[in-house]
Amino acid sequence: MVQTDETDQRSTTANDGPAVAVRDLRMRYGTKDVLRGVEFEIRPNEIVCLLGPNGAGKTTTIEILEGFRTRSAGEVEVLGVDPATGDEDWRARTGVVLQSWRDHARWTPRILLRHLGQYYTPYSTPERTRPYDVDELIKMVGLGEQADQKVLTLSGGQRRRLDVAIGIIGRPELLFLDEPTAGFDPHARREFHELVQRLSELEETTILLTTHDLDEAEKLADRILILAAGRIVADGTADELARQIAGKGQVRWSRGGEQFVDAPADATRFVRELFAEYGEEIADLEVRRASLEDTYITLVQQHEGGNAEEAADTIEARSSTETHSNTDEAREGGR
Amino acid sequence: MNRTAHAVRIGIARGMTEFKLSLKSPQDQSFYLFTAVAAMIYLFWNRNDKVEGTSLLAPTVALPSILGLMIAFGTVVGPAYTLAMEREDGTVLRARAVPRGILGYVSGQVVYQSISIVPMFAVILVPSFLLFDDLAHRGAAGWLTVLWVTVLGLLAVLPIGIIIGSLAPNAQKVGTWGMLPVMVLSGISGIFFPLDQLWGWVQVVAQIFPMYWLGLGMRSAFLPDSAAVIEISESWRTLPTVGVLTAWAVVGAVIAPIVLRRMSQRASGSAVEAAKEAAAQWVR
Repeated sequence: MVQTDETDQRSTTANDGPAVAVRDLRMRYGTKDVLRGVEFEIRPNEIVCLLGPNGAGKTTTIEILEGFRTRSAGEVEVLGVDPATGDEDWRARTGVVLQSWRDHARWTPRILLRHLGQYYTPYSTPERTRPYDVDELIKMVGLGEQADQKVLTLSGGQRRRLDVAIGIIGRPELLFLDEPTAGFDPHARREFHELVQRLSELEETTILLTTHDLDEAEKLADRILILAAGRIVADGTADELARQIAGKGQVRWSRGGEQFVDAPADATRFVRELFAEYGEEIADLEVRRASLEDTYITLVQQHEGGNAEEAADTIEARSSTETHSNTDEAREGGR
Repeated sequence: MNRTAHAVRIGIARGMTEFKLSLKSPQDQSFYLFTAVAAMIYLFWNRNDKVEGTSLLAPTVALPSILGLMIAFGTVVGPAYTLAMEREDGTVLRARAVPRGILGYVSGQVVYQSISIVPMFAVILVPSFLLFDDLAHRGAAGWLTVLWVTVLGLLAVLPIGIIIGSLAPNAQKVGTWGMLPVMVLSGISGIFFPLDQLWGWVQVVAQIFPMYWLGLGMRSAFLPDSAAVIEISESWRTLPTVGVLTAWAVVGAVIAPIVLRRMSQRASGSAVEAAKEAAAQWVR
């Protein structure tokens, strides 16, 4: 009896398959194709960041995964279930951080969290007690002092922390965060990053977030997906992407009072040779790796430049062969 | 634990919380005060007028009609506005994001909108009984009638409010879709003047909708039998009242869930975002 119960629960929180699997996802509004064959997977416990310019389809993608929007075509599985047919029991395993605006203005964070948390009680399992303890959660998101204040009186950053608390009140296996730190000050941002990392480490929560903040993506994400012109055009860690796409780093130095800049394919070897040749004449040495920003700008220029099909092919070829190509070439490809 | 029943229970608690918060809110307090003052001014103005064909004074006949109007108005316009607004401000989306949250949300709305009738009645009944004599002619039986007319009336009109709120494209449009028809119907439903003074076809239209029957039911609860002469066919028509209100309740109970489901399926983060931007953009 007990045995069967346990097996049942394990099957509902199965960790063997990917948390999210998307194949050839397409979305069309009227005659406009917003998503044109998006493909990616997210493994359990991963933090994945979806980057992309405005209008690239980030929010559409995330809303399809959340089950809030019906896709035009393609296969989507979230926690082993198609979100289009996902029932309320599936819903209980996901968390969505929404942007608050004017909702529940008269409520206090404590009353609201207690209320929304209650919905999750029937979905509690021995491995995942649902919901979170409200006091614990309030402390975790740093709303201790505002817990009994009207939501109306909270500052923008405090509201956002309440949004996060509401998103995780049901101890989700998978959490969606759509631009979670928009409008945060640097301090609130750092606290939020710590919270996300804690969730991923301690609570075994898979996290998919979108952001415009590249530092944030680099800091938080195990893996970065770049969505441009309705497709995933890059998939990897920040380092991998920088190596594959933006390629070379930049080396600056001065010799005899004169400034030099170069972008060699292998910066380390270049610097070694530089010293071998000139020795102590070299001063003001500065080696900068291609940053995620370089990568991002390069990619977006290629794909939003109207030649998306060709550019996508280029990237695929590049990723598979790991060839070193430089920024200028890539830019030309985009023209 | 039955998960559906669980969500309904949370929803009922939600309705009670909303009600408590509303009573504490200066905004809602001033709304109640305004309604009470407006009703008292209307009744006091006509305090010495005799109602034709009876020995009754105007306030005696008008008070029950006003109570009927309050149910019709409060529970059509109230939920219609709330639903349209809370769809735009993200409340509905939050409900959608938790398991069986929409069910809880709607249960909460039904409880909150229904129970709000209590303070509404109180602010009209208490000063009325202090200011005017000779209001209730039927004692305990009359109050029992008030109770069943109120409950049946809520069941009949609340779904209309929910349907209008779900269908209205945005909160501003509730004025045109909700307020206006309800105001027109109240005007022709024998609340401010007897129905038989109006043209025949208007009488027919009025008798299709629940507002007229709510007023009639309330009058039958307060007025003596002799006052029935002011009504159509000189009768309280209790059975037709029950029949029409029940019919509306049944139709509402069938249609409202369908419309609600469609409405909640349209709720998404980008819909809320679009509404937010639309609200910020004054000139279009």
